[in-house]
Amino acid sequence: MYKIIKKVSLNPTVTLMEIEAPFVAKKAEPGQFIILRVDENGERIPLTIADYDREKGTITIIFQIVGASTLHLNILNEGDCLQDFVGPLGVPSHVEGLKKVAVVGGGVGCAIAYPIAKKLHALGCEVHSIVGFRNKDLVILEDEFKQVSDKYVLMSDDGSCGQKGLVTHALQALIAAGEQYDEVIAIGPLIMMKFVVETTRPHNIKTMVSMNPIMIDGTGMCGGCRLTVGGKTKFACVDGPDFDGFEVDFDEAISRGRSYGDFERHAYEKACNLYKKEVQ
Amino acid sequence: MFNMNPKKCEMPSLDPNIRNTNFEEVALGYTEEMAIDEAKRCLQCKNPQCMNGCPVRIEIPKFIALVAEGKFEEAYQVIYASSALPAVCGRVCPQESQCEGKCVRGIKHESVGIGRLERFVADWHNAHTEIEAKEIVSNGHKVAIVGSGPAGLTCAGDLAKLGYEVTIFEALHVAGGVLVYGIPEFRLPKAIVQREIDGLKAMGVKVETNMVIGRTITIDELMEEYGFEAVFVGSGAGLPKFMNIPGENLKGVFSANEFLTRVNLMKAYKENSTTPIKQSKNVAVVGGGNVAMDAARCAKRLGAENVYIVYRRGLEELPARKEEVEHAMEEGIIFKLLNNPIELHGDETGTVSKMTCVEMTLGEPDASGRRRPVVKENSEFDLDVDCVIMSLGTSPNPLIKATTSGLNTERWGGIIVDEASMTSVDGVFAGGDAVTGAATVILAMGAGKQAAKGIDEYIRNRG
Repeated sequence: MYKIIKKVSLNPTVTLMEIEAPFVAKKAEPGQFIILRVDENGERIPLTIADYDREKGTITIIFQIVGASTLHLNILNEGDCLQDFVGPLGVPSHVEGLKKVAVVGGGVGCAIAYPIAKKLHALGCEVHSIVGFRNKDLVILEDEFKQVSDKYVLMSDDGSCGQKGLVTHALQALIAAGEQYDEVIAIGPLIMMKFVVETTRPHNIKTMVSMNPIMIDGTGMCGGCRLTVGGKTKFACVDGPDFDGFEVDFDEAISRGRSYGDFERHAYEKACNLYKKEVQ
Repeated sequence: MFNMNPKKCEMPSLDPNIRNTNFEEVALGYTEEMAIDEAKRCLQCKNPQCMNGCPVRIEIPKFIALVAEGKFEEAYQVIYASSALPAVCGRVCPQESQCEGKCVRGIKHESVGIGRLERFVADWHNAHTEIEAKEIVSNGHKVAIVGSGPAGLTCAGDLAKLGYEVTIFEALHVAGGVLVYGIPEFRLPKAIVQREIDGLKAMGVKVETNMVIGRTITIDELMEEYGFEAVFVGSGAGLPKFMNIPGENLKGVFSANEFLTRVNLMKAYKENSTTPIKQSKNVAVVGGGNVAMDAARCAKRLGAENVYIVYRRGLEELPARKEEVEHAMEEGIIFKLLNNPIELHGDETGTVSKMTCVEMTLGEPDASGRRRPVVKENSEFDLDVDCVIMSLGTSPNPLIKATTSGLNTERWGGIIVDEASMTSVDGVFAGGDAVTGAATVILAMGAGKQAAKGIDEYIRNRG
């Protein structure tokens, strides 16, 4: 069993958990992911690794409560155990040899962008972090990002913190100001990554994106996580999750990501009602 | 004394129109009387051809003679000496192209129901005995098995019997491989698979789930850091193939692996499962193997009105086990043979709504010896569908190749092995679909058995 040794609520809908998983911690690298199951009937939930501690043998995950399964996960507390926890899966992000990188994170995607920024910083790379949230209550990992970034730009949709606007505005402004990046790494909602790519494409700045499609086994068996990249079918679990953003068919990925929208809404409402009843 | 009935004793099965609405096992198995009756149809050939058709060379006439005498436990022991998973094989082997295909009774009439008898014997044993911890003296040598499918389980069982300390590493959260995620409950109840695994555990075999070899631990590390003297790779089939036709990534288009995994492993058909499956009305399964039959029959059970098998060759060429084709037909699966999809179309939500197919005719035999399907001109037609399941086979998982130094593979990805089942890496053996590409449970078991022999010799020779 995989014990939760730390739980912190980062904002009302985003939670951090540190999980005891020594085999995974020994190997984990930024950009890789794990799959967990809360209990015996649980879904296999893929989550990108937010941090790892090889000595303690722990993996940190940060998740947004978006559906029934993440709601269920969030009910657990320190000392509770997860049924299953497997990883590290996928190919680690390629960070070696980069001199100057813009790391763009959107919402809970910042949880995945952070370990990459941290690793780049540790390798001596100049890191510009551009992070965006809907409003000030949703901001996560601000201090952590600042510690590993040579430049930190905070954006919000409503202007309640940082600058008002989208991450693409900030990125565009930095590029226009003459910043020359070896690479841009964008992690966040599909729509954000799509527009980051549209921002960098005219400047021909290599842009890597981290894809998180629907998947089941995560080991290269089910094919549910397939994407079209450069006109070819790729599997996010074994070929990714990082891909060259210029090559990804985002519209297809957005459509496929909505496959179970109705089911998820229904399951979420059912789970909410159940917990409400228990609380009463 | 012999039963000269030209036909096999029928095996009772659930009514097709009831069973196609639930996931209960279809075939119910022989009673003791039926089994004895059928066993008496065996002529006890001096030179039994049936054994040549069996990839693990079960002593078929010997076990059948014991069944005829009512000595069912003794019969079980005969099978068990050659096969680690009798209850599984009795259900999923393609007997008509193996043992039963060589039976002399089958030349003029129906062959002896060897598969049904094997199943009966295994079920009788399971119903009448408890699993007991077996005292096996350890020989002090450690072997790692990668994958808990039929190849891995067989290899583990054979090595454990010889005294090896065996650990099986499984990537998923339950052991069993394709027996659990692929083959549906109504064809192979999961309790039977679990019992086989419990039997291995009783022999001292350790099973570690949630371990992706190549990621969590590499094969190099298993041998260098964890003290395993040999490793058997039975990692199975891998990534699903697609047709590369337009529209394959529309919503509602699945690989058979995904569809079956949702249903079988994640139990999407049950009330309390949290893994969803799409409710569909018109389902097309593309392909003609056992996996295609399984997917089609699952789709029907999930409530689809029309389920089509779309296959580019004819009825005779269907690679599926005969019994599966018959069961599928009885359950109302519609066979669209000599048809091949060329394009999938979506609705405004990006969900598949229509499949354009062409008709085919069979031409000259191709490299595989089967007649090559040729497109009939101007034969295009559309089929209304809201779910398409691609069941076209798989290509080996690249993970182990990519993370094991010096491991040679074929260009298509299959691991290359020698006669002793050893790969290009000293002490690393492989077998099953990871070597051959997608094949059958029994061939994987045969490969696991052969590898166990190879591993035993390898470790003995090292001294």
